[in-house]
Amino acid sequence: MADKYIVSSLPHIAKKESVASIMWTVNIALIPAGIIGIGVFGKAGFWLAAACIITAMVTEYIIQKGRRQPVTVSDGSAFMTGLLIAFNLPAHCPLWVGVFGSFFAIAIGKQAFGGLGRNIFNPALVGRAFLMAAWPKYLTVFNKPFVYDVVTQATPLSLLKEGKANSVVDMGLTYWDLFLGNKGGCLGEVCIFALLLGGIYLLYKKIITWHIPCSFIFTVAIFTQIFKGDFLFHILSGGLVLGAVFMATDYVTSPITKTGQVIFGVTCGLLTSVIRLWGGYPEGVCYAILIANATVPLIDRFVKPKRYGVG
Amino acid sequence: MKRLLGEFTKGIFKENPIFFIVLGLCPTLAVSTSVNNAVGMGAAVIFVLVFSNVIISMMRNIIPDKIRIPCYVVVIAAFVSIVEMVMKAYAPALDKALGVYVPLIVVNCIILGRAEAFASKNPVLASFMDGLGMGVGFFLALFVISSIREVLGSGKFAGFAIPVAFEPAAVLVLAPGALLVLGLLMGGIKWIKSLRS
Repeated sequence: MADKYIVSSLPHIAKKESVASIMWTVNIALIPAGIIGIGVFGKAGFWLAAACIITAMVTEYIIQKGRRQPVTVSDGSAFMTGLLIAFNLPAHCPLWVGVFGSFFAIAIGKQAFGGLGRNIFNPALVGRAFLMAAWPKYLTVFNKPFVYDVVTQATPLSLLKEGKANSVVDMGLTYWDLFLGNKGGCLGEVCIFALLLGGIYLLYKKIITWHIPCSFIFTVAIFTQIFKGDFLFHILSGGLVLGAVFMATDYVTSPITKTGQVIFGVTCGLLTSVIRLWGGYPEGVCYAILIANATVPLIDRFVKPKRYGVG
Repeated sequence: MKRLLGEFTKGIFKENPIFFIVLGLCPTLAVSTSVNNAVGMGAAVIFVLVFSNVIISMMRNIIPDKIRIPCYVVVIAAFVSIVEMVMKAYAPALDKALGVYVPLIVVNCIILGRAEAFASKNPVLASFMDGLGMGVGFFLALFVISSIREVLGSGKFAGFAIPVAFEPAAVLVLAPGALLVLGLLMGGIKWIKSLRS
């Protein structure tokens, strides 16, 4: 009898969806990109991902225990943060770099703000930005794909930034190489195809909507086409697709309304393009999303949904 | 006597200008990149704070109320000029490292704040102790922050390499590192305080 008569406060949601089910769905969607990343860069990538994930989960557990809060390690959000940090690092960077990044992301980027749902910035990107400022030399050296040894190769974007090559042909690559992952880069960002596969799965599962990824990628495409005339290169290189599909769409740090999400996506796209074309770094997705994260409360205030029955 | 001692000790922990009153953050964040800079800055602030507190306390009954802030600034600026000249003459390297932050002591919130909140209402000896305590509190806070930043951020302490080998995290010497270390220290101190009560 007791379980039939449930008294609860708003909102009354009958769906079975929960934080854990959403987070684990996103983790599943990340698997193809992870497998291909490991395939491209070898088992170093696997150990890096494992180290990041374990650190993230252990950190979350310790902090929640210490703060005498319910432990929510099994909801998959710490797992996702760790995995995304590994995806955003060069596969051959030392494990301790990933461990520090994951610790920082969870401890400072998430728990210091009050835990899941209260963080202003995407924790994984906070971790990456911290590592980029702390030990830049490990984050700017990338390995040659399919050579499972320490042979470095610059990413297409850094070749472009340093003026060593001006087009895909100059780099000895084709657009298919960029699309399928035969290029230097971070562990999880190289195979655009696998990332899109994960993105389509998330769209199908209705975990994300098209608003943020599409507006983000289109803005970059239009902007780079106008100023550099090669939009395909800019879409297929760097972490744009990874960022647009998996990181800008983080529920906690993106706007609530659809209009807000489009504004957010365009902001991310503009910032990414500006950093890539004229900024000091070859890649700007991480900083673009972090800066746009900071504008989310403003965007949410600006595009308040109309109240029913008023005006 | 006990009251005077209280005026001195309150600035060190209970009313520490950095960690509890949260004043003077601009120089704190900017010059705490190395222990040497922090010690130089801390010493300069102690000197200016003590003497401006004493002078302002002496003149507290003749300074017209309406123009009291400009009066304080003139007194403080006089002592800052002394510090600046001495520093230029005897420690030119330190002067170069601290740069604009030495003249900026004139508008340091801690010094103006103590002049307004304490020296203008209290007798000379109490103001002296207050200035000394606040100055020492600022000095210690700066010393702690800069030690953490220099040791972890560049693997040195006061310019000397420390014997433990590790990869220093360059971010701690940069501006975000200052905010991070300060924020974590503040949180940590508040936490310790909450455990005690």
